[in-house]
Amino acid sequence: MGSASTISRQPEVDNTMSDPTSRPPLVLGQHDFATVTETVARIPERPGTTLAWKLSFAVAASLATMFVVLTGYLFVTGIGIWGNNSPVFWGFPIVNFVFWVGIGHAGTLISAILFLFRQHWRTSINRFAEAMTVFAVVCAGIFPAIHVGRVWYVYWLLPYPNPMGMWPNFRSPLLWDVFAVGTYMTVSVLFWYLGMIPDLATLRDRATRPLPRLLYGLFSLGWSGSARHWHRFEKAYLFLAALATPLVLSVHSVVSFDFAVSLIPGWHTTIFPPYFVAGAIFSGFAMVVTLMVPAREFFGLKDLVTLRHLDNMNKFILATSFMVGYAYLIEVFMAWYSGNKYELFTFINRALGPYAWAYWTMVICNVAIPQLFWFKKCRTTPWIMWIIAIFVNIGMWFERFVIIVTSLSRDFLPGSWALYKPTLIDFLMLIGSFGIFFTLFLLFCRYLPMVAMAEVKTVLPQAQVHHRHAAEEHAPSELEYAR
Amino acid sequence: MSKNSDNSTEPNSLQPQYVGIVARFASPGDLLTAARQIAAAGYRYWDCHTPFPIHGLDRAMKIRPTILPWLVAGAGATGALGALVLQWWANGVAYPLIISGKPFFSLPANVPIIFELTVLFAALTAFLGAILLNGLPRLLYPASTAASFARVTTDAFLVSIEAKDPQFHPERTAEWLRNLGAESVELCPAPEGDDAIPAVIKRGLLVLAVLALLPPLFIALARQHTAETPQEKPRIHIIKDMDFQPKYQTQAVSSLFADRRAMRPRVPGTVPFDPHWQPPPDGFLTGKVGNEYLTEFPIPVNEDVMRRGRERYDIYCATCHGWTGEAGQYDGMTSRRARARGEATWVPPASLTGQAVREQPVGKIFETITQGVVREGLYSMPPYAVQIPPEDRWAIVLYVRALQRARAPYPEDFQDSAPSAGTATASAAPVNEGHIKGNLAGDMRH
Repeated sequence: MGSASTISRQPEVDNTMSDPTSRPPLVLGQHDFATVTETVARIPERPGTTLAWKLSFAVAASLATMFVVLTGYLFVTGIGIWGNNSPVFWGFPIVNFVFWVGIGHAGTLISAILFLFRQHWRTSINRFAEAMTVFAVVCAGIFPAIHVGRVWYVYWLLPYPNPMGMWPNFRSPLLWDVFAVGTYMTVSVLFWYLGMIPDLATLRDRATRPLPRLLYGLFSLGWSGSARHWHRFEKAYLFLAALATPLVLSVHSVVSFDFAVSLIPGWHTTIFPPYFVAGAIFSGFAMVVTLMVPAREFFGLKDLVTLRHLDNMNKFILATSFMVGYAYLIEVFMAWYSGNKYELFTFINRALGPYAWAYWTMVICNVAIPQLFWFKKCRTTPWIMWIIAIFVNIGMWFERFVIIVTSLSRDFLPGSWALYKPTLIDFLMLIGSFGIFFTLFLLFCRYLPMVAMAEVKTVLPQAQVHHRHAAEEHAPSELEYAR
Repeated sequence: MSKNSDNSTEPNSLQPQYVGIVARFASPGDLLTAARQIAAAGYRYWDCHTPFPIHGLDRAMKIRPTILPWLVAGAGATGALGALVLQWWANGVAYPLIISGKPFFSLPANVPIIFELTVLFAALTAFLGAILLNGLPRLLYPASTAASFARVTTDAFLVSIEAKDPQFHPERTAEWLRNLGAESVELCPAPEGDDAIPAVIKRGLLVLAVLALLPPLFIALARQHTAETPQEKPRIHIIKDMDFQPKYQTQAVSSLFADRRAMRPRVPGTVPFDPHWQPPPDGFLTGKVGNEYLTEFPIPVNEDVMRRGRERYDIYCATCHGWTGEAGQYDGMTSRRARARGEATWVPPASLTGQAVREQPVGKIFETITQGVVREGLYSMPPYAVQIPPEDRWAIVLYVRALQRARAPYPEDFQDSAPSAGTATASAAPVNEGHIKGNLAGDMRH
């Protein structure tokens, strides 16, 4: 086994330059196959935990516990403990649902779409981003489920033959949501787990204590790196990527149908599906950056997750920020151009009405602040990008708040207008959902391979079959895989 | 696996001792070159083990393309078709819901779920297909006992040839592999024991399996019943929901009041709300005077009352007894659905036009509507006193009489006799001096 001392600590190489004459390395620091494994695998193998991890976990687990207790309170008492009331029946729970589901999208985009486009820089961050997807979708799935009121009947959403002879209404976007989010969750977990099997086998083979060996052994299913197995594995991985790609675009489209298919002013627009998808990828990348910047620092992954990776993700944030900003503009334009006075009123009310503070927070966080990413200094300085990403997270939460609350609180009938007042429980459950997310995330960082070792090895120079043999007998067509 | 191996180190029994040979190569390129030659040499039972997929290796090894793509395509098509059929069946046939006047089955609304189930089925098949076609989960490989096998998931590039291959020879194959450029070659002894699952885990799983049977067993014991001895305890309600509410029933005891009565008497000085209120005629509220059922209506009988009776009957009674009262032949919707579903506790409604009910005095019919029908301690028909005021109950009785007479007319109904409304008294006798004009009930719906 290589020890930590074999990992060379080279001076920082700047691989963020875009020099067309030479490809910048994706992995820094003279790594070979063994040291890649060593860098990643020593994190879950470390006996005992660091104080920083313990403290973070204590905070996150306490918040998660608070969420569970409040959920129990909710079940016993009813959804009157929330601020949801006529006419704003969709308050924080649905805001949080849309927020968390959106967060997940970056993970699938990195793992599926960038895989299909052969963007090899994804290999260092895809495991991490996929884990974030799974945990975000867990948080997202909780909110609509507990929002139904009598949660013990939530299984009535599923089409199954029952003694009541009832079936769900398949023409309702809310039921589409059940299928879309359920499929998304399933495919995300499958994709994440399938990609992790070879790495779990690595941890199994390196494990010295019996319990980790047993558990990693169980979940790695006896993976042996057989070429015949890799053959099918790669096919399956490709299929999952190809299936997840339209799924990324569809899930938030279906979520947007919850709004767009209704008639409420400010919701009933055809721009919603692309607007929601762009916003989802925007917020998802911001969350990846938020988590990645501290994680690569604490867990010593700077050679694998380089500044180039962060730079690329920040470029995604900048591009999707423009898409979101464009959607905001078009919404206002269409409200005026349509000549629909309810639509126009809604947007004037958003910008100047009682929720103007939320609207302008959204615009500043989502459109103005990400413009800093025009500067390379901001794209490649971890603490600056971290702060910008936090702003984007806040802005995207407010985007959903603005869409849901402003439209519902001012609908067609002025007689039913009322402002939405979230309760303390609403805020505690929002914070508690972050507790669940970070609890799962910290467990992932501690016990699972955070970087896809097998995939990173394929982008090392040594992995190319002509690396030593100078393509002596290989047809040129076989070389195309070499990055 | 060679089961008869006794792990001895006798030099002459080499063949059964080893299950295979493992050669380690320095780089992916070396492995690829060697794999090409091994395939060309005609080995059949062999494999390569690598820490990551090496492109071109499957072609070098002449691995046949997997059938996984066809399985995934089939599953995707199944998902799409299944989703379409499910939605057509659920909303178009089994449970048609009227939503904004839209058609029960319309393709555009079904597209999202068709898409989602296509992806779901295909993804599950891609995942399970890859796992199961690979023969995973699996405990042992022919190369498992080689020392270098532990590094295969880190940085080792291995070739393994099984002993059952016809060309396998411990020494010659090893020598040949060295010539192909292998860094090291080692023979793999048979693993000790065929069964690597520890006994502790097996016992643990057995205990868990037994424990998992307990909850359903307890439920089955608590709910056991036969046709002769029905279960008398109510169903197990995990969630009380709104079926069980903290409330006082009529005549219940309450510790809240000094007189311990939950029902409160009128506040002293309460006066009737209606200044024209008159005490009702005898038997108006019960259908009886003393112990005798009324044989005549205590209210005036006219066409307005008959129309009112038909309206109330259609609302409250027709859902079980049918539009014409001929339950058994023309049941109402509720009864038909209960019969169709084979509801075990359903008591079929009585025919109102049959002999038995025809011979009942009007007071008896009134009492049945008021109090319901109790059979074996359970309501087979619930009481309607709460829902229907007494005037309307009498109106319904009148309409029931009309239905009966339409089904079993009196002889004079066939004569062109002059109508004589007013005293539509109905009694047990089939021949009655009162007349209900036939055409009053004649436009009832069949």
